[in-house]
Amino acid sequence: MIVTTHVSALSVTIGVFVGLSAGYLGSLMILKRMALVGDALSHVALPGLALGILFDFNPFIGAFIFLFGCALIVWHVERVTKLYIETIVGAMFTLALAVGILLIPEPDLLEALFGDITKVTLVDMGATAVVAVAALVLTRVIYKKIVLGMISEELAISSGINIARTNLLYLLLVSLVVAIGIRIAGSLLVGFLVIVPAATAKNISSNLFRYSLLSSIFGILSASSGVLMSGYLELPPGPLVVLAGIAIFVASVLLKWGSVRLRR
Amino acid sequence: MEGRGDHILEVSGLNVKFEDRPVLEDVSFKVKRGTTVAIVGPNGAGKTVLFRALLNLVPYTGEIRWSPGVKIGYVPQKLSLGDIPISVREFLSFKNVTNAEKWLRAVRLDGESVLDRTLGVLSGGQLQRVLIAWALIDEPDVLLFDEPTAGVDLDSEEAIYEMLNELEREHGITVLLISHDVHIIRDYSEHMLALNRRVICFAESEEITKPSVLHAIYGPGTELKKRKQKR
Repeated sequence: MIVTTHVSALSVTIGVFVGLSAGYLGSLMILKRMALVGDALSHVALPGLALGILFDFNPFIGAFIFLFGCALIVWHVERVTKLYIETIVGAMFTLALAVGILLIPEPDLLEALFGDITKVTLVDMGATAVVAVAALVLTRVIYKKIVLGMISEELAISSGINIARTNLLYLLLVSLVVAIGIRIAGSLLVGFLVIVPAATAKNISSNLFRYSLLSSIFGILSASSGVLMSGYLELPPGPLVVLAGIAIFVASVLLKWGSVRLRR
Repeated sequence: MEGRGDHILEVSGLNVKFEDRPVLEDVSFKVKRGTTVAIVGPNGAGKTVLFRALLNLVPYTGEIRWSPGVKIGYVPQKLSLGDIPISVREFLSFKNVTNAEKWLRAVRLDGESVLDRTLGVLSGGQLQRVLIAWALIDEPDVLLFDEPTAGVDLDSEEAIYEMLNELEREHGITVLLISHDVHIIRDYSEHMLALNRRVICFAESEEITKPSVLHAIYGPGTELKKRKQKR
């Protein structure tokens, strides 16, 4: 079941890697106004998790396959129809959520929805670390390209940036990071990890470097402290990660509020 | 580049369509190296689309021939900055520039005061200059300006054109610009290409003050308003 009895160093390490990659990639997603897209996309993972549980293979591989498959469809439909990405994702995620809930056996449902870190093995930790670091490096490669494409598509194309290819890589990264984030936060709450740390960082940043750095740090802080609390309070990690992150967010709002009042 | 033919750009029979709707039809003109050509025309005349075709950003038929090895710099009409927290330094660093201050000086901006500011809080004139600096970094032979001074006050506008003219003189840069301002066109460009889906005329820029030319471009009844005299 979802109740944890102890929290291991392994779980916290996973929290650090997941928080880092989600915070960093999330800072791009917020700029692209894809906050809720990431959230909605995460529900697409459910049928994949379900198949993993039913047929006894690693549910997170199932989740990733569904996420990336969905991302590919979104990418293609967006290029063909020019519909907003959020519209296309919106049309897909409710379907996936419905199918997922029907497929997943009830005892495993809460775990899939809210995360579980009790059964973490060294292999899990290693795999998460490898995926997170790869996602971090690739995100760094496309970061400037994505930002320039947002500022001016003409400037980006005339600087030789292949926007379609960059967006595809970006969606792949979103799928990867969401898939590893489900471990910690669960499929229902994993969107939090890519939204709130970045929103917090944006409150108190005037340049990209500071913004993406702070977003990564806040990602690490909320994910790892949520996991720690989950061990002590014997509660599922997802909701606690959210609470920890929201506390940091509120602090950043107060900080900004204070600095605005000081300037007046 | 003497003797290479003194035209840096030759366009002939250019057509652009958006979903079967013709946006540009049979457009032909030539641009001499080292000159400034103003592209004028009413809204929706296809001026920006012409630039996009010249930059190879939209599909077209017909011929666009840049002289070999030409480097093109582009200054877009506007940026969608939204609330992206990006500093001037970071924006210029997209081009792997080693000496950002130098390029800001070239556009008469004080690097120290501007480099670490957020792009979104710059004034219209400052942002325009940063964009010009961005375009200059690759040391282009040609600059394409889409309404370089939209949203910029009159003083900054003239200062920007003065600067453009200096760049043209100092570096032999060819400039193509889109503008609505008849005075700017007359004072700061040699030739004008009047466009309304098709080419209306290609002429010396002084011609634009003639009523017959104005009417042909902007429709009958158009008059030149006296510009407020400064100083």
